[in-house]
Amino acid sequence: MKKTVFLGALTAAGLTAAAASAATLDDVKARGKLICGVNTGLTGFAAPDANGVWHGFDIAICRAVAAAIFSDPDAVEFTPTTGQTRFTALASGEVDMLARNSTMTFSRDTDLKLDFVAINYYDGQGFMAPKSLGVTSAKELDGATVCIQTGTTTELNLADFFRVNNISYEPVPVENDAMAAQQYLAGACDVFTTDASGLAATRATFENPGDHVILPEIISKEPLGPAVRHGDNAWGDIVRWTYYALVAAEELGVTSANIDEMAKAPTNNPEINRLLGTEGEYGAMIGLSKDWAYQAIKAGGNYGEIFEKNIGENTPIGLARGLNAQWKDGGLQYAPPFR
Amino acid sequence: MATMTEPVSEPFHFSMLIYDRRYRSMTIQVAALIGFLLILSWLVYNTKVNLETLGKDFNFGFLWNRSGYDINQTAIPYDSNSTHFDAALVGLLNTLMVAFCGCILATLIGVLVGVLRLSKNWLTARLMAVYVEGLRNVPVVLWIIALFAILTNTTPSPNQFRGENPTASMLFNDSVAFTNRGTYIPRLVFETPALGVLIVFILSVAALIWFRSYAHKRQAATGDILPVFWIGLATLIVPSVLAFFVLGQPISLDYPALKGFNFQGGFKIENSFVALTLALSLYTGAFIAENVRAGIMAVSRGQTEAAYALGLRPGRTMNLVILPQALRIIIPPLISQWLNLTKNTSLGLAVSYMDLRSTLGGITLNQTGRELECMLLMMLVYLVLSLIISAVANVYNRSVKLKER
Ligand SMILES: N[C@@H](CCC(=O)N[C@@H](CS)C(=O)NCC(=O)O)C(=O)O
Repeated sequence: MKKTVFLGALTAAGLTAAAASAATLDDVKARGKLICGVNTGLTGFAAPDANGVWHGFDIAICRAVAAAIFSDPDAVEFTPTTGQTRFTALASGEVDMLARNSTMTFSRDTDLKLDFVAINYYDGQGFMAPKSLGVTSAKELDGATVCIQTGTTTELNLADFFRVNNISYEPVPVENDAMAAQQYLAGACDVFTTDASGLAATRATFENPGDHVILPEIISKEPLGPAVRHGDNAWGDIVRWTYYALVAAEELGVTSANIDEMAKAPTNNPEINRLLGTEGEYGAMIGLSKDWAYQAIKAGGNYGEIFEKNIGENTPIGLARGLNAQWKDGGLQYAPPFR
Repeated sequence: MATMTEPVSEPFHFSMLIYDRRYRSMTIQVAALIGFLLILSWLVYNTKVNLETLGKDFNFGFLWNRSGYDINQTAIPYDSNSTHFDAALVGLLNTLMVAFCGCILATLIGVLVGVLRLSKNWLTARLMAVYVEGLRNVPVVLWIIALFAILTNTTPSPNQFRGENPTASMLFNDSVAFTNRGTYIPRLVFETPALGVLIVFILSVAALIWFRSYAHKRQAATGDILPVFWIGLATLIVPSVLAFFVLGQPISLDYPALKGFNFQGGFKIENSFVALTLALSLYTGAFIAENVRAGIMAVSRGQTEAAYALGLRPGRTMNLVILPQALRIIIPPLISQWLNLTKNTSLGLAVSYMDLRSTLGGITLNQTGRELECMLLMMLVYLVLSLIISAVANVYNRSVKLKER
């Protein structure tokens, strides 16, 4: 008799656990803050400043989601994760979402039970080498020692690239970007390979960035995007549409400078009105307040502003919009209609 | 029926399960067993529920899929087309390599330091004490990282060996290169006649074994001591060397040489391997030294005095009288130090050494997302490894144990 009661209690506990993890939004609201898995420190994408405040392109997504939920871009806690720990951290519920230079792939989306809700940076894998090495193409790297971050897609692409081109290499596996940079600068490897955006960001932190070249070959597609746990579609929708709100804002010309003006009263562009909540009940449809998108955009500006501020051409990282321009400008960033 | 009554006529009732000493221990054990089984079933059940919630299954099939990644130190043929199982095997061999070299080195260091710490020479004894305390009291992972940092930061890169006026040069007649990527040493290349040399060598070993037992018997019978060491050494080396030249030098050396980005040819010892093995040996050696010291001090002083009285020199006293007795005390804790060292090899991750933890428990785990499977498998492997080591060591322990006749 006792045993049945005990097992019954266990079942109930198991079920509550399951139910709790099915409604991430409720968990986040109850906690009062969002927990966002980010990388351990990649200038421009996610890195804490001298005061411990996180900044970056990925950080901005987290802050936008926090602002959409709490109207407060600071209601978020950042958990640094390595290439190896990130998906476990997400799957186990340690973080609510990941915004960590993570490539969307078939197996991650299906077998690992993640959902990549959007692509915030279309990237590809590149190589960086010291100028003094005199290498001009990745195909000349026969016999080179290559620093590579373990647990990444780039590790697998690297093996494929050298196999396909019938050249050899020696991998030096490293845990994170900081260690890779240290090994690379110490000359323990000839080249460093990762996402091209990551290379640019890492190079920007070097003492003499000009001494290093990024080789012309881009050997893979790395669509990087925020991810959530598979199964909680309502939560996935929130992250996805928060991101699209930022992209749509750029397309519609809503910026952090003019957003207050535009949100004061309905404008004569209905889509802007729907986006900013001056028309319709779009917030309620995803369980958020009327002005959720207004708050999200206000947090750090629209997609273009976030890009320019953190990694754009006027920052030390100096990335061009390229594939990440708006679709109207020949890029791939394209927000579905807010309707 | 009355004749069958037990001495205590009191009838059994339930409170006796707790208050009666005859039943109490049984009651406690049964309760503990039930409690243990409940916790275990809860753990299994919880895991099952949570895996289901995540929509994950429990399946080892991934081990047979293509791994897709490369490993820099492989003792068996392996490339990115091999399976995850092969990768795990490569990792296991790398683990074993460190464990094997580490245990030997740690034991040598431990015995040496332990004996020297008891030295009458004040400075030697003090230095050894500093060594033991210094190493024992700092976490081993820091030693591993420190050694690795020293190896990568103080050695030249292959580039520095290049050009008209290289800033670095190879050692030992251009045969060894220390670089920040590893140490390159010449590699032995065997041609077919090398088999002859091998056979001669094996015969020499057999001869050596025979000679030792002969010398032993002779010493027992006549008291004469033969210079076993020198004759033994000669038996071991001279015939093989002769065979080597007679057979036309079938064993040659392949020297490392700078080619392209790196040294090619020869044999490369990864810096991560050296750092890991050395740090683990130095660290574990400090613990073993203490075991050795304790073992020696436990042998009564009278033994030494008796040996001296018989005219044995200090060295022989140590080798023939003290150490054999001390071994009995030293070996059980020594086994546990070996086990520690073996398990600590998993810290290789800190310096990117591709051991079992880094392949199966690192890249494979991460690329396949099979956390539970990989972790369980890894725990099983370490468990089996430890059990084998302690089984082997226990057999040895039994053979040196004090035999009661
Ligand atoms: N996109 C690849 C690589 C991701 C990755 O590890 N990126 C690096 C640099 S682009 C990073 O975020 N490093 C920061 C860190 O180590 O924390 C993946 O998803 O597997």
